[in-house]
Amino acid sequence: MNDQAINMIAQAPPGSSLWRDAWHRLKRNRLALFGLAVLSFFILIALLTPWIAPYGYADQNLDLGASPPSAEHWLGTDVFGRDLLTQIMYGGRISLAVGFVATSVALLIGVTWGAIAGYVGGRVDAAMMRMVDILYALPFMIFIVLLMVVFGRNLILLFLAIGAVEWLTMARIMRSQVQTLRQQEFVEAAISIGLPASTIVRRHLIPNALGPIIVYTTLTIPSVMLLEAFLSFLGLGVQPPQTSWGLLISYGAETMEEYPWLLIFPGLALTLTLFSLNFLGDGLRDALDVRGAGD
Amino acid sequence: MLQVENLSVSFHTRMGSTQAVDNVSFGVESGKITAIIGESGSGKSVACYSLLGLVPCPPGRIDSGTALFEGTDLLALSEHELRAIRGRDIAMVFQDPMTCLNPYMTIGKQLMEPLMYHQGVSTAQARTRALELMQEVGIRDPESTFDNFPHQFSGGMRQRVMIAMALINQPKLLIADEPTTALDVTIQAQILQLLADLQTRHDIGIIFISHDLSVVADIADDIIVMEKGRVVESGNRDAIFETPSHPYTQKLLAAIPTGHKDSAASTADPLLRVNNLCTWFGEGDKTVKAVDDVSFNILHGEVLGLVGESGSGKSTIGRSLLRLVPATSGTITFDDIEVTQLSARPMKDLRRRMQIIFQDPFASLNPRMTVHDTLAEPLLLHGIVNRKNVSQAILKLMDDVGLARDVARKYPHEFSGGQRQRIAIGRALATRPEFVVADEPVSALDVTIQAQILQLMLELGKEYGLTMLFISHDLAVVREVADRILVLYQGKIVEEARSEALFTDAKDAYTQRLLQAIPGRSLLTGIS
Repeated sequence: MNDQAINMIAQAPPGSSLWRDAWHRLKRNRLALFGLAVLSFFILIALLTPWIAPYGYADQNLDLGASPPSAEHWLGTDVFGRDLLTQIMYGGRISLAVGFVATSVALLIGVTWGAIAGYVGGRVDAAMMRMVDILYALPFMIFIVLLMVVFGRNLILLFLAIGAVEWLTMARIMRSQVQTLRQQEFVEAAISIGLPASTIVRRHLIPNALGPIIVYTTLTIPSVMLLEAFLSFLGLGVQPPQTSWGLLISYGAETMEEYPWLLIFPGLALTLTLFSLNFLGDGLRDALDVRGAGD
Repeated sequence: MLQVENLSVSFHTRMGSTQAVDNVSFGVESGKITAIIGESGSGKSVACYSLLGLVPCPPGRIDSGTALFEGTDLLALSEHELRAIRGRDIAMVFQDPMTCLNPYMTIGKQLMEPLMYHQGVSTAQARTRALELMQEVGIRDPESTFDNFPHQFSGGMRQRVMIAMALINQPKLLIADEPTTALDVTIQAQILQLLADLQTRHDIGIIFISHDLSVVADIADDIIVMEKGRVVESGNRDAIFETPSHPYTQKLLAAIPTGHKDSAASTADPLLRVNNLCTWFGEGDKTVKAVDDVSFNILHGEVLGLVGESGSGKSTIGRSLLRLVPATSGTITFDDIEVTQLSARPMKDLRRRMQIIFQDPFASLNPRMTVHDTLAEPLLLHGIVNRKNVSQAILKLMDDVGLARDVARKYPHEFSGGQRQRIAIGRALATRPEFVVADEPVSALDVTIQAQILQLMLELGKEYGLTMLFISHDLAVVREVADRILVLYQGKIVEEARSEALFTDAKDAYTQRLLQAIPGRSLLTGIS
């Protein structure tokens, strides 16, 4: 590398090399790119659904009833004659939104909470983690039902409620990671340089704790999607004629002997999403691990 | 007794193959201590482990060679046949005794078990024999410690237990792999003495694997020097030390710290004044007085050595000075600024002026930051340079600490230990500090690298006009760099003297004990 190249990289603030290098490594991981492509495709479809869906989501055709895939209805119809492709597209809007929004909420709160508790330690840590324990101990169904009763049924609130439950484990993972890391001498070195605590946490602790967090995140997104289906099933989440993948699957499961396509296609959509998430998650974890092979 | 011929061992993984041991031949005579010396990665341990079938295959592979032990080729034996020899005829002692003992079993039980299992003796006989063994390896009052668990023993005592275990079946050959590396210097001397005694008393052969020539200087009969998987030189102790023929052996010998710094008594003013410093951890009955009422000065431009064994509080003093751990009481005055009471803002400015270099360069660098980012951080934080000029300043730093310019984008794991320590030194010097705490900066490094880093620190110290607190457990190293030396014992300063005076005329009994325990003492110049 010549001096000019060094000059170029020098313009970025410290710590940014990691993300740039991670992106370079991710680009070389075919599976992760495949995952990223599939997810982007699904998200794009979800965003465009109101304009590109072949039918309206509430359109029924009771004469037709449940029909297998055909030229008019590519993925078939359900017992009310509703187009399954349309339902999966609309359901994807809800499922993807709940998956990503609730997980983002969980990530944001969990990582911050855990990092602060782990870094500050002592009484602050004890108080913060006891709060986590108390929330753990509360049956989360009661918590969500209460929220719904107090604030009314509302999709955004549902997202937040699920996120507010899922952050607890995230916080615990983050805390234990940070506790191990802060014993390391590079953190002491950062203190002795005079860095403020917020920068130490952001630049030195969080990037080194990301591996397990990313893996857990890719596990959280699907579990959040299924949680939404469960809540909807109980009548606490989305209600017909609105739908989600989780709901479609649970209805499909009831009639799978007569109309297997009602289970297969929504199941395929969810499975493909989960696979993509796992590929992307593993890819991200490897990309962020600078010690990884092949560099 | 043991004759190894043309031994080659290689490792094959997805990442490629490495030749760990390359066509090595050596012999070990009974009744002698044979030392195998080499730096990390030289293949010294692999060569010995492969004899006992202790190299995992795969990824390892023994490519060729024979190892005749009393007429049997060890390498041709099946795992079943080897097991009979391992522990009975050939026994091993490892570096870290704690990981080799079962923490949930008393020492006595762990000694009795193999006796009852291998020799089929009764419980009572096993107990008697175990007690004898404990006595023999110098465990005081074995009756009362018989039922203690490993964690209740000190590191040196645990190593004695390991040696006792190795002796249970009266082996003919004992392989000791860095048995004293994890121990304090006074304990190390005792264990070395013990091994030498046992060797004469039982007339066994000992293979002593070590990275440190000075450790084996006093006890080895024969020395085998290994480099990069090959034996470069072997011969008896005196020949190796007095007329080394291979350049690598000469380099190893030259790297042993033996000299002392020439310094006149300084009349400079103190840069740092420490008065009645106490740093305690814990509360109530469990209070650990890591640093207990310590007072000293560090003069402008001086290198002050701080010497002590593990647990003496020497690292805690260094960290207290920089306020990396809070002082319990006492005052620390840096250039007329009281450090212990300083508020956040002026403390940040002060941090620019005092820095620290840590022992373990594998832990002291953020694994996810490139060299460039690591060095840029202090430069930008303190506004030493602006963002436009930062690359220029980083290149200058890298030149200063002897790093090639084209490694700026690499991450710490891509460097060797010595190079990493250079990065850490660069980071500490980035802010052009006046004062640096060097906390065992060379203890984790191979001896040739150690010499280079010490040289670098001395040169940069001069160039940057540094005042330094040099913390080490290794008196020979401190003697090379320090003007004055403080000796620390259990949190208190027991002796303070100019460097040369300490070595010729130590007043305190503990200091004298430390000096006696320096490995390879005879190598030091100017000490009778």
